[in-house]
Amino acid sequence: MQEIFNIFIKSIFIDNMVFAYFLGMCSYLAVSKTVNTSVGLGLAVIFVLGITVPVDYLLNEFVLKEGAMAWLGPEFVDVDLSFLSFILFIAIIASMVQLVEMIVEKFSPALYASLGIFLPLIAVNCAILGGSLFMQEREYQNIAEATSFGLGSGVGWFLAIVGIAAIREKIRYSNVPPALRGLGITFIITGLMGIAFMSFLGIKL
Amino acid sequence: MSTEIKEREPLFSPKNMKLLTTPLNLSNPITVQVLGICSALAVTAKLMPAIVMSISVLVVMAASNVVISLLRNGIPPRIRIIVQLVVIATMVILVDQVLKAFVYDVSKQLSVFVGLIITNCIIMGRLEAFAMANKPWPAFLDGIGNAMGYGIILIIIAFFRELLGSGTIFDFRVIPQGAYDFGYVNNGLMILPPMALITVGVIIWIQRYYTRELIEEN
Repeated sequence: MQEIFNIFIKSIFIDNMVFAYFLGMCSYLAVSKTVNTSVGLGLAVIFVLGITVPVDYLLNEFVLKEGAMAWLGPEFVDVDLSFLSFILFIAIIASMVQLVEMIVEKFSPALYASLGIFLPLIAVNCAILGGSLFMQEREYQNIAEATSFGLGSGVGWFLAIVGIAAIREKIRYSNVPPALRGLGITFIITGLMGIAFMSFLGIKL
Repeated sequence: MSTEIKEREPLFSPKNMKLLTTPLNLSNPITVQVLGICSALAVTAKLMPAIVMSISVLVVMAASNVVISLLRNGIPPRIRIIVQLVVIATMVILVDQVLKAFVYDVSKQLSVFVGLIITNCIIMGRLEAFAMANKPWPAFLDGIGNAMGYGIILIIIAFFRELLGSGTIFDFRVIPQGAYDFGYVNNGLMILPPMALITVGVIIWIQRYYTRELIEEN
């Protein structure tokens, strides 16, 4: 139980998707102009990461890993399909996003209206595929650990995008050098936020 | 059908050359279009991985641009995203296997970022914006041009981060021992992730200072 909690905290603060690995930077920079939209996108990312990471974990454990097909019979023990993981993960992500979109549309039209265009965009958000690939690389022990890693990474991404959106709303009133306006200053602020997040590095969990 | 034969456009006509050169500065994928930042920043602590990454992106991009451009009339618009993803993913798997076979060390350093070329927005973006509507040859040039614009930024960032952070270029020591004896210290901050962002910020600053038309309204 404690291990699961540790993974959750670790993936929010120490291995933060944006500040430590730069994943999902494209939508992070493009959608962080106002706090409202960034909250919507952040929630959608938490949601999708929380679903796709465990599903990809099961896929990796029972189909892709070397020897994972052993449950089919002894002749499958040597099968190693790990070279297929990119294409299968991205297929799972694309279909999950589609599925989530349909479910949300059916059961909560209000949420669907507020997430709107962001849901389909998430399929090509590198944070989602990155979550699955890190899950594969770090070899989590069971599905609970994988789920807590997925949710934690989502929450970390959410914090990052809401933080930068709030700063960008304020910075509109400041006198930024013309050549740095917009993109340039956002990069530099993100770098400074990253340095701040690095202070979590020393924490041993 | 008119029987008139349209005059063939030369391979390297001015229009085609423009496809190659504008992404280097005026429509640079990283500093202007803001595409493909994710992988660009994570692999730039050393020059070697940055160059391998640029070449991988160049190959994937040119190949998938040509394939999609050849298929463009046969792809139903509703499922085009999935078709594009499949084409890109196939190319990335090929590149990944080649890297693992020939430069295993670098491939280990790049870790998940080779796989993340699939969701690299530059590739999807160029497929959507250009290859779906143009002939294979311009699409090929567009792919090469954008990948070079991406690679140039990667190499500039990696050069400064490796030089200032580790005092080396391609792992060869370039800062003389005398400087260290004199009290010079490598700036350890440069190797850490946040400095990559700040380096890009400074590159954008310099680029826009000299290219006034890129300056954004506040």
